[in-house]
Amino acid sequence: MVRLVFTLILFCSVLAGQAQDSSLLSMLDDSSAPGKKILVTQTFKAKRIVNTQTVEAPAKGDLNFIIMHRFGEINDGSYEFFGLDNATMRIGLDYGLTEKLAIGIGRSSLEKTFDGYLKYKLLRQSTGAGAMPVSVSLVGSITNYTLKFDNKPYLNAKYRTSYMVQALVARKITTALSLQVAPTWQHFNLVPTARDKNEVFSTSIGGRLKFTKSMSITAEYNILFPDQVSSIDVKNSLSMGIDIETGGHVFQLVFTNSQGMTESQFIPRTTGSWGKGDIYFGFNISRNFTLGKKGK
Amino acid sequence: MKRCALVSLILFSVTFCFGQVYMTRNGNIKLSSDTPLESIRAENKDVEAAIDLNNRNIAFSLPLKSFVFTRSLMQEHFNEKYVESDKYPRSTFSGSFGETIPKGQDGSYPVKVRGKLTLHGVTRDVEIPGTFVRKGNVLTGTANFKLNPTDYKIRIPYIVRDKIEKETAIEVNIECNQKQ
Repeated sequence: MVRLVFTLILFCSVLAGQAQDSSLLSMLDDSSAPGKKILVTQTFKAKRIVNTQTVEAPAKGDLNFIIMHRFGEINDGSYEFFGLDNATMRIGLDYGLTEKLAIGIGRSSLEKTFDGYLKYKLLRQSTGAGAMPVSVSLVGSITNYTLKFDNKPYLNAKYRTSYMVQALVARKITTALSLQVAPTWQHFNLVPTARDKNEVFSTSIGGRLKFTKSMSITAEYNILFPDQVSSIDVKNSLSMGIDIETGGHVFQLVFTNSQGMTESQFIPRTTGSWGKGDIYFGFNISRNFTLGKKGK
Repeated sequence: MKRCALVSLILFSVTFCFGQVYMTRNGNIKLSSDTPLESIRAENKDVEAAIDLNNRNIAFSLPLKSFVFTRSLMQEHFNEKYVESDKYPRSTFSGSFGETIPKGQDGSYPVKVRGKLTLHGVTRDVEIPGTFVRKGNVLTGTANFKLNPTDYKIRIPYIVRDKIEKETAIEVNIECNQKQ
C-alpha cells in the first residue's frame, strides 16, 4: 500500500516536472489581465468613403494630403472623350491636432469653394472590458463659395456660406466589413428660391468590403429627405469605388453621380442620374505625412 | 524509515511544483528594422513572462496590438497587413534552458533558451541566447535576436521590400518578481 502511494507520488512529481513547459504558458494565459480594453483600428482605410467622411481622422501630428478629382459625365459622348476632357477637383489637408481632434481645410474648383472642418472622435469601438460597439466621430464644417456672378452683386460672403454638422457612426463588423451611418444637418444662409429649405437633413449610409489586405470596395448612398430642395431635380448621391493602399498612399478609383466633393454640393445639389449614365469617373489620392513623432 | 522517505518525497514534490517562479506582466520587447530608406522602431510594454528556475522553464505571451510604433501608419500596417492581430492577437513562447541558476545568489548568468515561438499562427523551434540577472527577489531576463518574418508566413509586399530589413531585430527585457 505504502509502496503504491510512493510510486504514485513519484509518478506525479515527474509528470508535474514534465508538464511544466506548457503549464507555465497556460499559467500566464490564465492570469492574463481579464479582457483588457483594446481599441478597434482601421475601420476604414481612407478619411473618405468616396465623398462622405469616415470616422477615421489623422493620428496626432499626422498630416493627410488629399486630391479628389472627378472627370466629366461618361455620357457626354466621344466629343468630350466620355468626360475625360473635363475635370473638377478638390485639394485638401487634414491634420491631427490630438489623438481625438483633427482639423481640415479644402478648396474645390467647382464654384471656387473653400471648406474647413473640425472632426472629433467621440467614441472608439473597442473589445474587452467596457467594450464599445461602435465608433462615433462628429464633424462640424463651414463652406464658402467664391465664384463671381456679375449679375448678383448682393451675393456677399454671408449668403455664400453654409454649415454642416454630421455624426459619423461606424462599426467594423469583421476584419473585412465596415459599415457607417451618418445623420447630417446642413444650414444654407441663402437658397435659390423660397420653396427651398435653408435647413437640409440627410443621412449617409456607406461601407467598405476588403477583398485583399490592400484592396477594398467602397460604396456610399446619401439619402436626402424629401421636400427640402425643390428648385432643382435633385437626386440622391450614390458613389462606389475601389481603394488601393500602397505604403503611405491610398488610391481610390470612384464612380459617382455627383460632381461636387464637399457636402454642401453633393448632398443637396446632385442632379446626375445613374440610370441615364450621368456618371462621373474620378479618383481620390491621399498621402500621409508623419510630422510629429510618438515615443523615441 | 519508509514513512520518513514518503514525507520527504511529498515535501520535495510540493516544492517542486511551487518552485521558484518569477513573473511579470509588464515586460518590454522592442523591435527595430533599419534600411537606408526607413527606420522602424516599436515597443511593447505589455509582455507577460514567467521563469521557473527549478524546472528551467520560461514562457512569454504578448498582445501584438500593444506594439507602439514611432509612426502611426506603420502600426496600422503591422497589425492589419503583417501580423494580422485581429486573427492572431498574441505571440507566445514556451521553452527551457539547461543552465542551473544557483539558489539565493545574486549574479549574472548567460543562458541558452530553446523552445517554441508562435507568431502569426506559425509555431517554430528557436534557440535564443540570453542573460539572467538575479538581484534579490528580482530576476531580469534579457535577450537580443533576429527574426525573419517570412519564417512566420508574413509576406512583405514587393513595393515596401526595400524599406524593411530581411530580419527584424528583437530586444527582450523582462523584469520578473518572485511569485509568492
